Amino acid sequence: MPKRTDIKTILVIGSGPIVIGQACEFDYSGAQAVKALKAEGYRVVLINSNPATIMTDPEFADATYVEPLIPSMVERIIEKEKPQAILPTLGGQTALNLAVELSERGSLKKYNVELIGAKLPAIQKAEDRELFKKTMVKAGLEVPQSGTAHTLAEAEAVSEKIGFPLIIRPSFTLGGVGSATVYTREEFTAAALRGLDASPISEILLEESVIGWKEFELEVMRDKSDQCVIICSIENFDPMGVHTGDSLTVAPSQTLSDPDLQRMRDQAFVCMRAIGVETGGSNVQFALDPKTGRIVIIEMNPRVSRSSALASKATGFPIAKMAALLAVGYRLDEIPNDITKKTPACFEPVIDYVVTKIPRFAFDKFTEGDQTLNTSMKSVGEVMAIGRTFRESLQKALRGLEIGRMGLGADNKGLSARVDAAVAKPLPSQADPEFAALKQSIVHKLRVPNCDQIFCIKYAFQLGMSVEEINQISSVDPWFLSQIQMIVDLEKDIRSAGKKMTRDLLQRAKRDGFSDMQIAYLTGWGVDKIKEMRRKHFPVTYKRVDTCAAEFPADTPYFYSTYETEDESLPLSKKKRVVVLGGGPNRIGQGIEFDYCCVHAAWALKEAGYETIMVNCNPETVSTDYDTSDQLFFEPLTLEDVDNIMDRVKPIGTIVQFGGQTPLNLARPLLNAGAKILGTSADSIDLAEDREHFGALLKRLKIPHPAHGVARTVQEAETVGEALGYPVMVRPSYVLGGRAMEVVYDTIQMTDYMKRALDAGAGLPILLDRFLEGAKEVDVDAISDGKEVFIGGIMEHIEEAGIHSGDSACVLPPFSLNKKVLQDLEQYTYLLAKSLKVKGLMNIQYAVRDNTVYVLEANPRASRTIPFVSKATGVPLAKVAAKVMVGIPLKECLAPYKKMMAKTKNWFSVKEVVFPWLRFPEVDVVLGPEMRSTGEVMGIDSSYGLSFAKSQAAAGAALPKEGTILFSLRPRDRAQALPIAKSFLSMGYQLLGTDGTARFLNENGLNVEAVKKIAEGRPNVLDVIKNKEVTLIVNSPDGRRARSDGYHIRRTALRQNVPIVTTLSAARAVVEGLQKSREKPWQIHSLQDLYNQQRA
Amino acid sequence: MKATLALETGQVFVGRSFGSEKETEGEVVFCTAMTGYQEILTDPSYQGQIVVMTYPHIGNYGIHDNLNESKKPYVAGFVAREFSQRASHWQPPEKLEKFMKKHGVVGIHDIDTRALTRHLRTLGVCQGIVATGDRSPKDLVSQAKKMPKMAGTDLVKKVTCSSAYDWKENGETGSSQRNVVVMDFGVKHNILRSLSQRGCVVKVVPAKASVNDILAHHPDGIMLSNGPGDPSAVTYAIDTIRALVSHVSNSQKPFPIFGICLGHQLLAQALGGKTYKLKFGHRGANHPVKDLTTGKVEVTTQNHGFAVDMDSLSDKEVELTHINLNDNTLEGLRHKHLPIFSVQYHPEAFPGPHDASYLFDRFIGNVS
Repeated sequence: MPKRTDIKTILVIGSGPIVIGQACEFDYSGAQAVKALKAEGYRVVLINSNPATIMTDPEFADATYVEPLIPSMVERIIEKEKPQAILPTLGGQTALNLAVELSERGSLKKYNVELIGAKLPAIQKAEDRELFKKTMVKAGLEVPQSGTAHTLAEAEAVSEKIGFPLIIRPSFTLGGVGSATVYTREEFTAAALRGLDASPISEILLEESVIGWKEFELEVMRDKSDQCVIICSIENFDPMGVHTGDSLTVAPSQTLSDPDLQRMRDQAFVCMRAIGVETGGSNVQFALDPKTGRIVIIEMNPRVSRSSALASKATGFPIAKMAALLAVGYRLDEIPNDITKKTPACFEPVIDYVVTKIPRFAFDKFTEGDQTLNTSMKSVGEVMAIGRTFRESLQKALRGLEIGRMGLGADNKGLSARVDAAVAKPLPSQADPEFAALKQSIVHKLRVPNCDQIFCIKYAFQLGMSVEEINQISSVDPWFLSQIQMIVDLEKDIRSAGKKMTRDLLQRAKRDGFSDMQIAYLTGWGVDKIKEMRRKHFPVTYKRVDTCAAEFPADTPYFYSTYETEDESLPLSKKKRVVVLGGGPNRIGQGIEFDYCCVHAAWALKEAGYETIMVNCNPETVSTDYDTSDQLFFEPLTLEDVDNIMDRVKPIGTIVQFGGQTPLNLARPLLNAGAKILGTSADSIDLAEDREHFGALLKRLKIPHPAHGVARTVQEAETVGEALGYPVMVRPSYVLGGRAMEVVYDTIQMTDYMKRALDAGAGLPILLDRFLEGAKEVDVDAISDGKEVFIGGIMEHIEEAGIHSGDSACVLPPFSLNKKVLQDLEQYTYLLAKSLKVKGLMNIQYAVRDNTVYVLEANPRASRTIPFVSKATGVPLAKVAAKVMVGIPLKECLAPYKKMMAKTKNWFSVKEVVFPWLRFPEVDVVLGPEMRSTGEVMGIDSSYGLSFAKSQAAAGAALPKEGTILFSLRPRDRAQALPIAKSFLSMGYQLLGTDGTARFLNENGLNVEAVKKIAEGRPNVLDVIKNKEVTLIVNSPDGRRARSDGYHIRRTALRQNVPIVTTLSAARAVVEGLQKSREKPWQIHSLQDLYNQQRA
Repeated sequence: MKATLALETGQVFVGRSFGSEKETEGEVVFCTAMTGYQEILTDPSYQGQIVVMTYPHIGNYGIHDNLNESKKPYVAGFVAREFSQRASHWQPPEKLEKFMKKHGVVGIHDIDTRALTRHLRTLGVCQGIVATGDRSPKDLVSQAKKMPKMAGTDLVKKVTCSSAYDWKENGETGSSQRNVVVMDFGVKHNILRSLSQRGCVVKVVPAKASVNDILAHHPDGIMLSNGPGDPSAVTYAIDTIRALVSHVSNSQKPFPIFGICLGHQLLAQALGGKTYKLKFGHRGANHPVKDLTTGKVEVTTQNHGFAVDMDSLSDKEVELTHINLNDNTLEGLRHKHLPIFSVQYHPEAFPGPHDASYLFDRFIGNVS
């Protein structure tokens, strides 16, 4: 069956902003799909609100809409572009939900558009848990016992039947929001209510707990003629009870016998057919009872997923690309295997290595949040590693995770030092109270799932526990445990050998994934000595990922390191090579934006005739697609691993400035190891980061900057604080992403902060800056080639200075800066670019107050805003910068975009961010100097107001067209809020206010109804939110008071999905957005149209 | 203990011994199945072969009585990147090492099995020796060079049963009146199970059983089993099958004949076709086979070093029914007029996917 010719235009729906549970894996899958469909000659229309995606690059689709992913918007695009088909299975849950909504509101019928990949009934059967269960039972498959409930009473009745422990899962939610495992009746009521709240249709499923069972996933593909194949099996190291996104997982399955695996394979096919997923990739999850072997189906995703991205990277089989081709009618046997080229895609990949994935968490950003892992996903990123054994891949993954660990312990980090010391005692005994306490705390962490568990298993072995004991407590399979025990035993051998370590022992250690640093720590040798020894006797080898375990020849340039005898990466080509270092696992502050830059760098240098080599270990990314660069090394981003690659591929230079902090941190050590860093020198990067030197530079250039100082004690802090004048921004040195940054307003707060910082004991000294209260913040992205400077974009933040730039909304071009300020911004940017000898990208953060422009920070590297600015202006900054870095003059690089730049910008672009508040029910919804957002969206329209309104809709907080607005403000904000409140009234909104706020507004002549505070009886402010009597909340946080009314207002608003604005500047933007939206409807233009219009 | 694998090509891999400690010779082949090592160990088709498992961790879930494909292991040697010391499974497992020791299977691990596989893929399968202890690699290589080749050797006689027997599934013979006689060239138990599970009364006869011996069991169908080695060396079986085909063609009530793997190759020869040795064979559980009659692809288990030459059948009473999509070799055929058919791959799976189990139903359908 060849491809369909009745379809000409296909609409692909993206997944929107990066959120927990839906990250850049959908950019990877969407980009693959768009590319594949275009190559087949289809006209591809794309909608995705996330500007940081590769898929929204104008070269990908024929028409790209960076617009809110809401039904009305998609419908307008359908009306305009007239696609015959919509492909909703590559944009995660967002795209599927949107497809359902479009279907239900009749848009598909109205415009005669067909869903391809998965039809509505299939989506519903897979997504509605009750329907799913029924379908499975009817098909003869087993599922855990369960029942649904729509009210608390119903839920209680079902729980009687099933007993405890049980699991609560809300219907139609993403990544397990609102899910919970409940062990007792006491916990039950709250959890059931939370689940009902979280479900958009107030429905929860209550399920027999299969906690502690073994968990497996199969990645299935099916084509139109019902041919099914399994691409990959995945075994969760963590037993059932921990969301698979939060689990350490291993591919392929390790502990299934062939009959077990085939049983699952058969069931996966039955499931896929019963659900009716016509074509494409799906993911089926199973639980296996370790006592009886009973298998139950847990769930299936009728679309590509995070797991399919992992399976693609783990096997080399491009699931998303294949899914797209199958959706347009191809059969699996009609598509060649991408890797072997000669064999067909209709087969099941086999691999000859082990893949380990470990999630990365952001608990340090949400310290108040519960850190226990459960069925609601909490991780923000993941790392993958490939090794020839599980042990090797595990240790590689752990050091790739960038949590400061160099592998599985043996690094003096975490509890290692304490455990090592306890074990080193001549006769460690249970009677020793210190030993007992240590063991107790470790046993606790084995019992309760948490992100340190893998290390605790290791410690438990060190403390003398057995595989059986640890399995009893943790339910982790004995096979995995015995592998960890082998690592522990080897560690012991290395430690006792010390400097007498033999070559054979060193080789064994390297083969088990030990890093040089671990071996150095254990033996007492220096890291250089270890490196010298291994390089001399058994150099690292690189093996190819080929989908077929070497059965057929393959040229895929996709490699991983291991210590074997044969290397497959050589010989090298004659071309000049450039290495691009990626960003590693996603985390808050370092995500898709940097991957976007790395991908662009690889493309640009390919264009410029270089062979590009990508190093990264994040399976969710486009950069780790094996055809993004000329060669992909799927390796941890540590000095040792990168240095090995450098030694092998001998590049003319390396780009470290595009992947965020990860590669930047490697710049200096790589330089010392003999690497050449392209672009801005490491010295300049260091200079910009060193406050003293940078401060001196600014002084010399006569560029204003906030006064600053340093403090090591409470007393010093008080003195410096007084000298600078309050408010003061405080932060520990040597931390990133605004960790532990705060604004303090007086000596009391300063003392309090210093005490806490000293107690925490990290990050001293403390840096103090005069905080420019009420200042506007401005971001500038620029490129320089050392001679000329190009200002890529000037972004005015909507939130005032003091809120982390990654967490504030911003506008391009600026909407309220005058000519003089703009001139100063440009002037200072030129000066700094020249003085720092920038060659490539630079980002400068400014504060503007009373027409004075202050420099807050300058970073001569890619910034988070590069993709946004590139989308907004049509100039691909990262590409241009990469070319500049290899010596091509800036002028030449910019030439293709000259016309575009000559025209005035006649539209506004607003970037808005999204937060993971829902995942952390205990955390307050407050913006501050510490970054906590996970992703971004973009709104484009003809005015600032319209673009802002769009960005809010895209971020899932559409501005209400009518209704009641609740004001609850701290006293010092009230006066400034007057004009805002007046504007709302004049647009016809009703106003509600809490206590003081209402009184103040009333006193000033506004008609505002007062609502009771929480302590004043009912109905109170929370009741009106819960009853949906308010459509928008303006609430400014009142300092650090925990569990205040404000806290409850914000959390309740969040749960009820009522938009909430926590700064006055944002409230002003809301007014602007609403006013403009009344005057004029939203415009929709594809990026291609906008750019052409600009060129015209 | 140290162990050495030496190939006639001169390649030497030094690793560690696992299982029985002695010397073993055989044809070195690789298998890409990621699970099912016990079924592979005990598959008589691997008689005389040193099997390299490409998946690095072997032995993880141990050994289980219900996973044996015959009474004992047949591989001449077993090679992996790493054999597991520890086994874990929901059914209490026996350790792989204990099993290998008990049955005298020599194993070697801790070697670069991917390099070895690439070598075999490039140069073709070759003769090799695994020896434990400190041995001179040079001596082993020259010893390997002197080993007899597999082609032309009758390995069936080493693995077939000595006398006819009834297959009992859980102590019972099949319940229906359908008698299936299985010619045992090294039959895998799951072929017998697949038949008896479908209600057949299964009688297994030695490879050298005569036509009369076979007909004396009043067969309603005949299964030509899998088995090891070069089909051309099993001339007696080819003769018997030729006679059976002619019996079927002359019969009023023709009964079906179904050949699997070696049985397929022997049938092809009996029908006038030829076989040839493949460079490195097909061994694994992921080979795509297209059913030319339906156009559908099934993922199959394969284990064969020889194949039937398609061209040799062009003027025979034979229709080609299945081909391998990886290399377009022949995977199945059927007689143009008689209920006689065969496949090169393993519909009984074990290990591997169940996609092709319909063939047993088709066979039984013809039986009744």
